Amino acid sequence: MIDMAVVELSRLQFALTALYHFLFVPLTLGLSFLLVIMESIYVMTGRPIWRTITRFWGKIFGINFVLGVATGITMEFQFGTNWSYYSHYVGDVFGAPLAIEGLMAFFLEATFVGLMFFGWDKLSKPAHLFTTFMVALGSNLSALWILIANGWMQHPTGARFNPETMRMEVHDFMAVLFNPVAQAKFVHTVSAGYVCASVFVLGISAWYLLKGKWTALARRSFTVAAAFGLASSLSVVVLGDESGYALTDNQKMKLAALEAMWHTEPAPAGIAVFGIPSLEGRETRYEVKIPYLLGLISTRSFTGEVSGIFELVAKAEDRIENGVHAYDAVERLKTDRHDLAAREQFERHKLDLGYAMLLKRFVADPRQATPDQIRQAAWTTVPNVPVMFWVFRVMAGLGFFFILFFACAFYFSTIRRFDARWFLRTAVWIIPLPWVAIEFGWILAEIGRQPWAVEGVLPTFLAASSLTVAQLWTTIVGFTLLYGALAVIEVRLMLATIRHGPVEPPPPEPDVSSSTGGYTPLPAE
Amino acid sequence: MAPLLDYETLRLIWWALMGVLLIGFALTDGFDLGTTTLLPFVARTDQERRMVINSIGATWEGNQVWFILGGGAIFAAWPFVYAVSFSGFYLAMFVVLSALILRPVGFKYRSKRSDLAWRTRWDWALFVGGFVPALVFGVAVGNVLAGIPFRLDSDLRAFYEGGLLGLFHPFSLVAGLLSVAMLVLHGAAWLAIKIERGVVHDRASRFGQMAAILSIVLFALGGVMTATMDMGFRVADTVDPAGPSNPLLAGAVAAPGAWLDNYARYPWMLVSPALGFVGPLLALFGIRSGREALAFSGSSLGALGIISTVGLSMFPFILPSSIDPASSLTVWNASSSHLTLFIMLVVTIFFLPIVLLYTAWVYKILFGRVTLRDVDTNPDFY
Ligand code: HDD
Ligand code: HEM
Ligand code: HEM
Repeated sequence: MIDMAVVELSRLQFALTALYHFLFVPLTLGLSFLLVIMESIYVMTGRPIWRTITRFWGKIFGINFVLGVATGITMEFQFGTNWSYYSHYVGDVFGAPLAIEGLMAFFLEATFVGLMFFGWDKLSKPAHLFTTFMVALGSNLSALWILIANGWMQHPTGARFNPETMRMEVHDFMAVLFNPVAQAKFVHTVSAGYVCASVFVLGISAWYLLKGKWTALARRSFTVAAAFGLASSLSVVVLGDESGYALTDNQKMKLAALEAMWHTEPAPAGIAVFGIPSLEGRETRYEVKIPYLLGLISTRSFTGEVSGIFELVAKAEDRIENGVHAYDAVERLKTDRHDLAAREQFERHKLDLGYAMLLKRFVADPRQATPDQIRQAAWTTVPNVPVMFWVFRVMAGLGFFFILFFACAFYFSTIRRFDARWFLRTAVWIIPLPWVAIEFGWILAEIGRQPWAVEGVLPTFLAASSLTVAQLWTTIVGFTLLYGALAVIEVRLMLATIRHGPVEPPPPEPDVSSSTGGYTPLPAE
Repeated sequence: MAPLLDYETLRLIWWALMGVLLIGFALTDGFDLGTTTLLPFVARTDQERRMVINSIGATWEGNQVWFILGGGAIFAAWPFVYAVSFSGFYLAMFVVLSALILRPVGFKYRSKRSDLAWRTRWDWALFVGGFVPALVFGVAVGNVLAGIPFRLDSDLRAFYEGGLLGLFHPFSLVAGLLSVAMLVLHGAAWLAIKIERGVVHDRASRFGQMAAILSIVLFALGGVMTATMDMGFRVADTVDPAGPSNPLLAGAVAAPGAWLDNYARYPWMLVSPALGFVGPLLALFGIRSGREALAFSGSSLGALGIISTVGLSMFPFILPSSIDPASSLTVWNASSSHLTLFIMLVVTIFFLPIVLLYTAWVYKILFGRVTLRDVDTNPDFY
């Protein structure tokens, strides 16, 4: 039987390492494009201040980037180490985007990033800009491919189960590639990264403005970040809605859970802005609703219905019963590959095979399951409603807040007022908020997928490797200590670099510097 | 419609490509691992150490992607191998990953502060980030040759026996040390090309010569042990090279000594072990005579020979099982589906040349020896 402690610990470790990896990822995604914008201005205007600006934010980019790489290495191998049955079961589909990510994206960003830092004196201005652009392109392409992989887990298209090899196999690669969930996810996630970097650059610029230090750099960075941030925050919210839209077809349960909607409502459904969902009572108390809004957002019509949790559970029960026939067929095919009757039975019920496997938590052989166990298993398809309800509200609330914030910033930068102290102080204080929204977004997406590792195909508790609890504790404690130490070091270096400001070392020889545009130290204004 | 390439051929191509990726990793990131292993020994002062670090500072990151891509490509083309090997070597993998995590931060953060204790600590971190993976990779290969203690149930879920310490036995230690010697030689050959001639250069050359001799001796020792110890597996003649990827359908048995069978059957394969000896010899000769390009080519050929020897000796096995040979993973039973292999091949044929092109361009821009003077004057150096 499956050891649930091993499963829970594997989930904990994956959650910790992924959430940690994603502390660095969004800043890389956004800052790399901000660097491209800043350096483009430098190349177009030729004004040395923009070179200083680019190099300064580049230094900060570098400190963040290496931790993104360091923690990404763990992620790449973690499917094999901790989710070994998952890797076998869906590797035929899921491995491809990961490999393409390495070939197309990681090579690009990692090969050019060295040149970006070491090539200032070795490349012409346009060639260096090209290098910076390749780093930005590589990072964003890597997001595309990993989200295609993740999108497939949320909405597994283009693949089917093969009883001869006991795993999912691709039959339509284009469907995997152009998965609508993956596309919505990609746009929402990279936009979130752009918001994150804009808030970061704006916040630090505001801090310099408050201190009256490096104001020439700060004002220009402020302006770039305000414009980029406004566009991105609009995109994150508009396309966050797109991501909700994708859920209605594919992950109705996720939508019902994040809305804590226990029963289907007559169309168009309302959206709850407040409530206390209760798992035991299977109800939401003290609900405050805005009528019609949810139905409009998620079905784009006044007549489309949004299903409630009770109805979805009833549907899951049917699918489990169906799936047991598929399971039975697979077991018979194991003993005789050429059993035609079994083959035919499998074809009829194969779409529900994953649902039968939910029973394995309660009974070793799903064919022996009692009606009670089937009902129990059907209720496991409900994810953690209260967590999703709140996590979603915090993220979405922050989304609207960021639009407002960047609208103000944009206004101040167009009228060239950089001395509204209340605003500057706000800008410094909210630096952590995009990270909150982003981590909450992932928690929403991934907890909302539970109990599935691959929606409707493979339950999470079957996906783990056959490890021991002791092994898992060793690595969880090990990673926590290592990552914790690195976090402390990184934050210290980051703060030191920011405090130190954009000082360039004096040029080694006057003749070299005059030929390359010079690294004139910026006067503290 | 008949497929462009049949399943058997695709499996063979992907088996070869897996070799290409591992060798690509050894030839590129291999010298980074070797160089940081040598770091505390060949460079004593801070300035010398910075020279060594900056000889790979701009390129190690791209090189590391060979390792990452190796993981991704094995996942895509050999999902079974990805699943069984990394969970089977669970704690060893953790040790390798922790060591590798130290590298990015080590390179980037070491010179951010001038405090000497801080820098020395990072130098040792970089040493660990080079030496430990080099050793564990070799130990892992030694264990693969000896067979891994896993079995598959009828759902094809893998179970293991044996823990971290069980991985260390005389044969795997020889393999581990060989891997270290091979990569240290490669690192020394890189330093010979890449840093200015002087004391550090001389020290690196001395270590390189030792490593060359060691790698010849250890390679020979490994060969003798493979022939005489209880090692080797054989597949049943009835196995269908184009059959479904299900190990339980194919019969494999333990057959001590069978790792040498392929050389009798296909004598051309002897080129690989020959290169494993000739390469380090050439490197030794190149280092002694100051022909540094020859030394680097020699160490590269050596790595190519040694790694391909392992692959060819085991063919068609990829991961034999020591406790249940019938669960063994082979080229014929552990791959992805025909379609996935084909798509991934098309993608690889398209992108790999592009990667090689821009990598070559970057190396060209960064061409030239790093000098002690650069370290003082270049503001972009670590
Ligand atoms: C939406 C974006 C995104 C997401 C969801 C993930 N990553 Fe990531 N990853 C990146 C975006 C990114 C990046 C922006 O490209 C990074 C971060 C910083 C960096 O250096 O590159 C990166 C680095 C990075 C690296 C190092 C690459 C290098 O050497 O350049 C690896 C191996 C991975 N990641 C692997 C993964 C895996 C297996 C994930 C799935 C669980 C994952 N990442 C989630
Ligand atoms: C980097 C951003 C990501 C974050 C912050 C994140 C977060 C999480 C969290 C919180 C969990 C635990 C959920 C639970 O068990 O309750 C989880 C599980 C998991 N996630 Fe993600 N995730 C990220 C990206 C991805 C991607 C891109 C993939 C696949 C390509 C992925 C695959 C998985 C898998 C396999 C598990 C473990 C099985 C499971 O619990 O379902 N994650 N992740
Ligand atoms: C009104 C605003 C927003 C709405 C309606 C919204 C909606 C959503 C939804 C429905 C998901 C889950 C997608 C899934 O389960 O597959 C999600 C995920 C996510 N959200 Fe938001 N979001 C909003 C604002 C934000 C903001 C401001 C950020 C960060 C700056 C953010 C970052 C994320 C991230 C990183 C994820 C996980 C990746 C993904 O699944 O796409 N979101 N969002």
